[in-house]
Amino acid sequence: MSMVSNIKLIDENGLRIDGRKFNELRPIKIEVGVLNRADGSAYIEWGGNKIIVAVYGPREAFPKHTQNPSRAIVNARYNMAAFSVDERKRPGPDRRAIEISKIIGEALESAIFVEQYPRTSIDVYIEVLQADAGTRIAGLTAASVALADAGIPMKDMIVGCASGKVDGNIVLDLNKEEDNYGQADVPLAIIPRTQEVVLLQMDGNLTREEFGQAIEMSKKAALFISNLQKEALLAKYSRPEEKEEVKEEEAEQENHGDDNHE
Amino acid sequence: MSRSSDEIVYGLKRDYLEKISSGGNRIDGRKFDEYREIKITTNFVTRAEGSADVRLGNTRVLVGVKIEQGEPFPDTPNSGILTTNAELIPMASPTFESGPPNEDSIELARVVDRAIRESKMIDLDKLVITPGEKVWVVFIDIHVLDYDGNLIDASTIGAVSALLEAKVPASKVGQEDFQLPINHIPVMVTMAKIGSNIMVDPSLEEEEVATARISVATDENGDLVAMQKGLSGSLTVEEIFKAVDTSIEIGKDFRKRVFGR
Repeated sequence: MSMVSNIKLIDENGLRIDGRKFNELRPIKIEVGVLNRADGSAYIEWGGNKIIVAVYGPREAFPKHTQNPSRAIVNARYNMAAFSVDERKRPGPDRRAIEISKIIGEALESAIFVEQYPRTSIDVYIEVLQADAGTRIAGLTAASVALADAGIPMKDMIVGCASGKVDGNIVLDLNKEEDNYGQADVPLAIIPRTQEVVLLQMDGNLTREEFGQAIEMSKKAALFISNLQKEALLAKYSRPEEKEEVKEEEAEQENHGDDNHE
Repeated sequence: MSRSSDEIVYGLKRDYLEKISSGGNRIDGRKFDEYREIKITTNFVTRAEGSADVRLGNTRVLVGVKIEQGEPFPDTPNSGILTTNAELIPMASPTFESGPPNEDSIELARVVDRAIRESKMIDLDKLVITPGEKVWVVFIDIHVLDYDGNLIDASTIGAVSALLEAKVPASKVGQEDFQLPINHIPVMVTMAKIGSNIMVDPSLEEEEVATARISVATDENGDLVAMQKGLSGSLTVEEIFKAVDTSIEIGKDFRKRVFGR
């Protein structure tokens, strides 16, 4: 937000640097169950972002003093690969990653029925393989799906989208250039069923009205992305079922055949 | 006290605070939009370029500003540098441990930093000694001495007060010392949600039972410059707007009453 823009981010036709309209999302693709060892996993491509999420647990929390006798603890770890950004990032958690991990963990916890798993931890590992602005929300969106894949009971799958201000306009889902040279960024995540807010940050400069526009835009987009999450889960979990149904039908037909034969 | 009796006490406290809040009351008798008393002593540490000892009720935070020469970042060669750090030292609370910064102290430092940086409080472009080579680096160090809730606001008030007093030690490079150039005054207001009520400046007792927290920083135009939602509960959009409006109102009052601007 601090760098001065020499690039024109919005053209004379009101289109953004990547050709999108103000309220247009980048392409999003979600895949479920992409890892073998993890209890649940998901992969998301969101614009140029490529993020993989693994969930382990509920499992005994370690070290033991972190255990809570009345509920599970949710550990989220957001980590950027060294090669995920233009200039190599020094490996390991920096202050930004620690803050993001904290707020993602808190947001996920709001939807999980943590009281069902006392003394355990639910570990969510978010690895950013390629970063292109909006990684925290993309990571969180995939993390919800991975939690569902792990069979962890939740009120709902939380989902989010960022919006911000670019060349004086409120726009949805900032890309890298807009994030670097824009005037504000507002990441938001909600519980889709109730539309309550579970993650919210803001930096830059917005009037109250602009902030209102940003929230509305993000919320609408989040509800759309919520459907993509469900479709991704269905794509994994409907396939084997269909196959079983086919087998059952075949078995029935065989039985009928036997009956007829008699 | 064992963990389970802790849990029982916690449950009772939460029930009690939720109950009185539904009647519009707080445990220390304040109104929902009422801050605790603020006392600021600036120039507490004369060896620092700027400092402020802030008491917000029984919370006490000491903020020191040091200004030293350094190299600019390659992508901003003609700009000074701002850096913010917070330490939750064991003196301040039985629950704080010594050691490297944890997620709580990192979040605190980054949220305070965001309010100061995004409001463009300091005119960093005026902090260049030799363009591309040498600039002034402004270090804000937050030292929490006594923890009774709402460290975010106490630390921001401290940081802003200390920066308003701070002098750039330009005599070290053969120029005259000058007042740190200030463009804007950010005010951060943090609120906690207890039951279904939102209250400003939560005390420790309130923080312990709060389900969600929201901090909103504004500048003197009433524009929003930084925001952070915390804790694992949720907020409705209406509650967020209520928090935004409260922050704008309190910001106006603070700028006059607390910072005299």
